[in-house]
Amino acid sequence: MWSFSQLTDWIDRSLHSVMGDGWALTVEFILIGVAILVAYAVLALFLIYAERKICAFFQCRIGPNRVGKWGIFQSVADMIKILLKELIRIDNSDKFLFRAAAFFVIIGSICTFGAIPFAKGLHAIDFNVGVFYLTAVSSLGVVGILLAGWSSNSKYTMIGAMRSGAQLISYEISAGLSLMTIVILSGTMQLSEIVEQQGQAWFIFKGGLPAVIAFITYLIAGHAETNRGPFDQPEAESELTAGYHTEYSGIQFGFFYLAEYLNAFIIAAIATTMFLGGWQPLHIPGWEGFNRIMDYIPSVIWFFGKTCFCIFLAFWVRWSFPRLRIDQLLSFEWKILMPICLINLILMSVYVIL
Amino acid sequence: MNAGKYIKNIFVGIYRLCQGMYITMLNFCRPKITEQYPENRGKKIYGERFRGLLTMPHDSENHHKCIACGICMNNCPNGTIKVITRMEKDETTGRDRKVLDRYIYNLGSCIFCGLCTRSCPQQAIEWSNNFEHSVFDPGKLIKQLNREGSSLAPKKTE
Repeated sequence: MWSFSQLTDWIDRSLHSVMGDGWALTVEFILIGVAILVAYAVLALFLIYAERKICAFFQCRIGPNRVGKWGIFQSVADMIKILLKELIRIDNSDKFLFRAAAFFVIIGSICTFGAIPFAKGLHAIDFNVGVFYLTAVSSLGVVGILLAGWSSNSKYTMIGAMRSGAQLISYEISAGLSLMTIVILSGTMQLSEIVEQQGQAWFIFKGGLPAVIAFITYLIAGHAETNRGPFDQPEAESELTAGYHTEYSGIQFGFFYLAEYLNAFIIAAIATTMFLGGWQPLHIPGWEGFNRIMDYIPSVIWFFGKTCFCIFLAFWVRWSFPRLRIDQLLSFEWKILMPICLINLILMSVYVIL
Repeated sequence: MNAGKYIKNIFVGIYRLCQGMYITMLNFCRPKITEQYPENRGKKIYGERFRGLLTMPHDSENHHKCIACGICMNNCPNGTIKVITRMEKDETTGRDRKVLDRYIYNLGSCIFCGLCTRSCPQQAIEWSNNFEHSVFDPGKLIKQLNREGSSLAPKKTE
């Protein structure tokens, strides 16, 4: 299988041949940063288009179909519109925190985005505590949401932010516990190692019933963490106009919007990496010919295919179910989801020991 | 809460959620019937009963079927139709006969009730599918349905 490390090694060598070590490292950092930001923006545009189209199909509509063939440039047009909009000043708001909040949200999301192994050899940061890093950095977003709600000087944003704080912190426990079940199975927190171990069989197949339960609970908890679908109390448009980002306009709103969609992608990507084998192709032990054919499909396609599948599941749930009430939401987490996760953790430990 | 009920609730909940997702998936796969309006302009036939614009069909020899009886004018609830007649000498019988001079139809006051077409004894007027009626000048809403120089179709000799 072709590895991206050939390309990155070539860039590394050619940079080292023309400049000193320090400069080469700086240039590489800048290149990786630019690549991640571009991928971030392009994915966000794609996801916004996909969400609108899929939502339309679930509601028996056609969706955007005016800008370009089948409306594929609709989100580009939306982006241009949002860039041209005015940034409105809010009276009696905390100006500094108001500005900072959008950056908190998007930085948390970009930091998580950078740590995902996209393909063979295409992995920007590979910590030995990768899973820990992912959960830690992705929960940075809640700080931005709370700041946005506090600094906007509006009751809607305040209620939205408080709900969001309660919700995100609760569901982080379930998400973390589901990831921990896989860490028990793999025995490592390093993402590259986790993906490597799934070469023969993906963890969802290898781990048996506990892995399947962990996959489902992770999808539910992750879905709640992205403030989408039936768990969108923080922005509940029929109650709170737009929740914590009511007072934002222009590109500051765009940051929240981008971060929301990319968080959905990140949750799907983590689920792919941890449960569905990351960029590893589908291998069935014993079927040599089948495995060889699967190896011909590039690893990027495997990763994005599985991620798109997870994202589609999220969209499907989002457009199927009505919004929960906030107390139902929290009792669902604390009384049902977390006990299941804890029992599942014990099940997985027993499974690994046996 | 007893433990049996708690566990049963979880499974019932999962089953109900799957039911809901099954329904939405059916909707997702259903063919979409939204009409693409400016693209299908002129191609889409809305059916015989669609009341777009009142027209008076003329045949290739510029004959219409209106006998200028005025039933449509009398039936019209708000005076949209005006049948203006003139007397003309019939060539076969040699007597004066009432023929249609101008058939004036005011689109601005038409409520598209269809009483005129329904009561017409000769089926001389009918509805067309054309529904794009907006104009800048209200005077253009007053239309003359019979063409210039048109005349009543001669009776079919059997």
